Amino acid sequence: MTRISLTVDGATVADDVEPRMLLVQYLRERLGKTGTVIGCDTSNCGACTVHLDGQSVKSCNVLAVQADGATVTTIEGLAQNGTLHPVQEAFRECHGLQCGFCTPGMIMQSVDLLNNNPSPSEEEIRLGLEGNLCRCTGYHNIVRAVQHAAAQGSSTAGATS
Amino acid sequence: MTATAVDHEIGRDRRRKEDQRLITGRTRWTDNIVLPGMLHLAMVRSPFAHANIASIDTSEAQQAPNVIAVLTGADFGDELGVCINAWPITPDQVTPVHSPMPSDRVSFAGEIVAVVVARSAAEARDAAELVEVEYDELPAALDLKEAAADSVLAHPDLGTNKSALWVFDSGEAGTGGNVEDAIGKARADGIVIEREYRQQRLIPAFMEPRSVVVDPTGEQLVMYSATQIPHILRFALAATTGVPESKIRVIAPDVGGGFGGKLQVTPEEWIAWAVGRRVGKPVKYTETRSESLMSGHHGRDQWQKLTLAAEKDGTVTGLKVELLADLGAYVAIVGGGVPVLGAFMFNAIYKFPAYHFACQTVLTNKTWTDAYRGAGRPEATYAIERLMDELAAEVGVDPLEVREKNWIKHEEFPFTTVAGLEYDSGNYEAATAKARQMFGYDELRAEQMARRASGDPVQLGIGVSTFTEMCGLAPSRVLGQLDYGAGGWEYASVRMLATGKVEVTTGASAHGQGHETAFSQIVADRLGVAFEDVEVLHGDTAVAHKGLDTYGSRSLAVGGEALVRAADKVVEKAKPIAAHLLEASVEDIDFAGGRFSVRGTDQGMAIGEIATAVFAAHNLPDGVEPSLDSDATYDPVNFSFPHGTHLCAIEVDTETGALKMRKYVCVDDVGNIINPLIVSGQVHGGLVQGIAQALWEEAVYDDSGTLVSGSFVDYLLPTAADTISFDIDHTTSPATTHSLGVKGVGEAGTIASTPAVVNAVVDALRQYGVHDIQMPCTPERVWRAIQGGGAGGSTEGAAMPHFDPSEPGQDSTEGAGA
Ligand code: FES
Ligand code: FES
Repeated sequence: MTRISLTVDGATVADDVEPRMLLVQYLRERLGKTGTVIGCDTSNCGACTVHLDGQSVKSCNVLAVQADGATVTTIEGLAQNGTLHPVQEAFRECHGLQCGFCTPGMIMQSVDLLNNNPSPSEEEIRLGLEGNLCRCTGYHNIVRAVQHAAAQGSSTAGATS
Repeated sequence: MTATAVDHEIGRDRRRKEDQRLITGRTRWTDNIVLPGMLHLAMVRSPFAHANIASIDTSEAQQAPNVIAVLTGADFGDELGVCINAWPITPDQVTPVHSPMPSDRVSFAGEIVAVVVARSAAEARDAAELVEVEYDELPAALDLKEAAADSVLAHPDLGTNKSALWVFDSGEAGTGGNVEDAIGKARADGIVIEREYRQQRLIPAFMEPRSVVVDPTGEQLVMYSATQIPHILRFALAATTGVPESKIRVIAPDVGGGFGGKLQVTPEEWIAWAVGRRVGKPVKYTETRSESLMSGHHGRDQWQKLTLAAEKDGTVTGLKVELLADLGAYVAIVGGGVPVLGAFMFNAIYKFPAYHFACQTVLTNKTWTDAYRGAGRPEATYAIERLMDELAAEVGVDPLEVREKNWIKHEEFPFTTVAGLEYDSGNYEAATAKARQMFGYDELRAEQMARRASGDPVQLGIGVSTFTEMCGLAPSRVLGQLDYGAGGWEYASVRMLATGKVEVTTGASAHGQGHETAFSQIVADRLGVAFEDVEVLHGDTAVAHKGLDTYGSRSLAVGGEALVRAADKVVEKAKPIAAHLLEASVEDIDFAGGRFSVRGTDQGMAIGEIATAVFAAHNLPDGVEPSLDSDATYDPVNFSFPHGTHLCAIEVDTETGALKMRKYVCVDDVGNIINPLIVSGQVHGGLVQGIAQALWEEAVYDDSGTLVSGSFVDYLLPTAADTISFDIDHTTSPATTHSLGVKGVGEAGTIASTPAVVNAVVDALRQYGVHDIQMPCTPERVWRAIQGGGAGGSTEGAAMPHFDPSEPGQDSTEGAGA
């Protein structure tokens, strides 16, 4: 067991964890942050995407011990004081989700994408989301949602961590 | 306070009610559920496609830390139950017994032979590695055609792999002529197109892995499952495990996609059920993605032998369809019924005077197959839409022209088809005209000619698909005639709460479709209440106690209509109460816009006010019960028949075989639209799944029966970078057999798009003598087809021998990502 302490969605937490425990397992099983989900076992789907010190990561690809001392933002910490992040708002506005299982990862990845490139082209959006699989939407409305958020100037409007 | 109703909810692009939770991570996936004392399961699965189980040694696993039990099939009796087949398609269907955990013999790689119960999922998985199983390997039936010849038996005790032969013949049924006569005549003085197409095996690949939690601690045993079919699941548990139905509650919480893949009763559910009952504690099992791809049911997997007869001018005269359909190791819940659903759709929108369909279902030692988005209808649509392109090429006319010559004209509806269905409405001319115009059809054809003329290394192909499908499964009487084990009705109830809010329950079970939103719109309109005041409850057999769940694009066409009827009953019940309270006679009461009014006066009461008065029950007419709550069970009188015209432009790099989709236009006629936003989302998602069959996806097995494409590294689900934005629109011919006029849209995109894409690829390459490329159309296959065709030979040979190991790349999707 290794002692870790970190900030998750604004709260300071500390736990003893097995060295092999993945960050996504820690978030889900120890912290009850079940908004972040697991869709695969090969780091392909991106459903588990969170922000680690402001950068998007696939949390199934990070050990919990690697997050020691870090700041983690999950989908549950994205809205601030009850106000949705513009990217969350855009996903609803543009019907960028159906079953919603990929959505936490898609939104976190989209926020990261817009932080790095506030006005991406359609191609840049599509390439930027390549690591996140969605089986429901055909991506059409996800792309529109990111374009919509970009048009609203999301990267300046929303805090990410 | 109640919100205000707007004039018309139906037709508005309401943002979804479901989304607030889903975009903030406030979700209830089955795997999120944690109960006191909950134990975790891990499955030990066979690595062999076919083997006798010689011995299972669980002793070491039993000793592992925090392991509670390790159980095998032999540790259970009848309480383990069996996985059922609900649709024996013929009376003499050969159906192997499907134990959730066989103790003697495994029949596909991934079959469960033991289960570990431990305090954590990680400990359960660790201990599963310690279970020692000795297998005596048996020869495996893997290739569909070889299996059909019974060269190796998937289940030796059955003596054959042939499960059922299902036949429809229009001559015998009296719905048309004799197809052999038509073919004979066409051989003499017309056109005969003979083709063999492969429907490769696909994996539904919903994003939420399946998960099940069993809580045996209450008087009712509760199963939470990531399923599309909580009601059917409850029935099957009762029917096969000896627990009375009234002691079972099944809950489908948030469910992350299904596409048919969660229309199943699974060994994992049955094992969790048995273990939960055995240990008396809540248990949870969540599959890994690899387990999901390997052991969740697969879809498609057919060989299609097709003969189309036509006159010289392209007028079709007959169609003969001979299918081989791979069931996999067991006959799944719908199983052989999937290709039978396609039996009615091969004739599609065309006026074939004669039709013959025969489907042989075959057992193999592969993962069992069942419904995947479209279920039988994509296979049928692919075959006929590919054939119509071949016919056009043979006649030497545009593919749209040959279709128009043969399709049912809009003034000919209702039209009884050669397969015996009555199409109630449609307008193929209108959808096609609109699609042509949006696509810029003539301009793209001109560009295609120019590229051909100049010998451009990048050639342009234009693909057409004018599909129809049957939705709204299904009239119970028809299902009975087809020997399906249940009906096709749907249930709904409407409860008027004391505060004027409306609680709706539906037997449909959404998993991404947006029922809460669309159904709220229907009820809001019908009762004249605000959209926000309607709450839709579903997916829990204790809440929506009756239902037949969600699949086959049925929720709106069947479940929506049940809702309308339940709401109308509320109004009828409220009328005498309104009359009493307004001191008028019932005959003088009108209901409109949520208000009961006395004709000819300004007197009236809102339905919410009546609800409050009924709750108090202080002043009701004599003999009237204090309730407005109503329910309805609706059995459709017919299927509904959405249709549409899909046009696809693909650029083919003839030097590398790389494909680039340039444009995709579709105009679908799905009848009346409740929520255009949701409809467009269904179309987009459906399109990509159908395009993926054409270009990328395939479940590939190696020679020993191991699934090679058993992870998302190998099974090529398209990403945002692989796909394009679509141009979609609609025409509207309302369904005429129920009041909503809706037809269903869940499967349309998937059904229509696959042939449109392959037709586009073949269209680009026909000049090189190519007339088929096997799906998925990988760059390698495309390149090989060009090479073969360029040498003057037919590509038929190159595309067909899918399992010929001497054809590198033919049995793999490797490198297929465009
Ligand atoms: S769960 Fe992390 S990438 Fe799939
Ligand atoms: S919305 Fe279902 S997987 Fe993306």
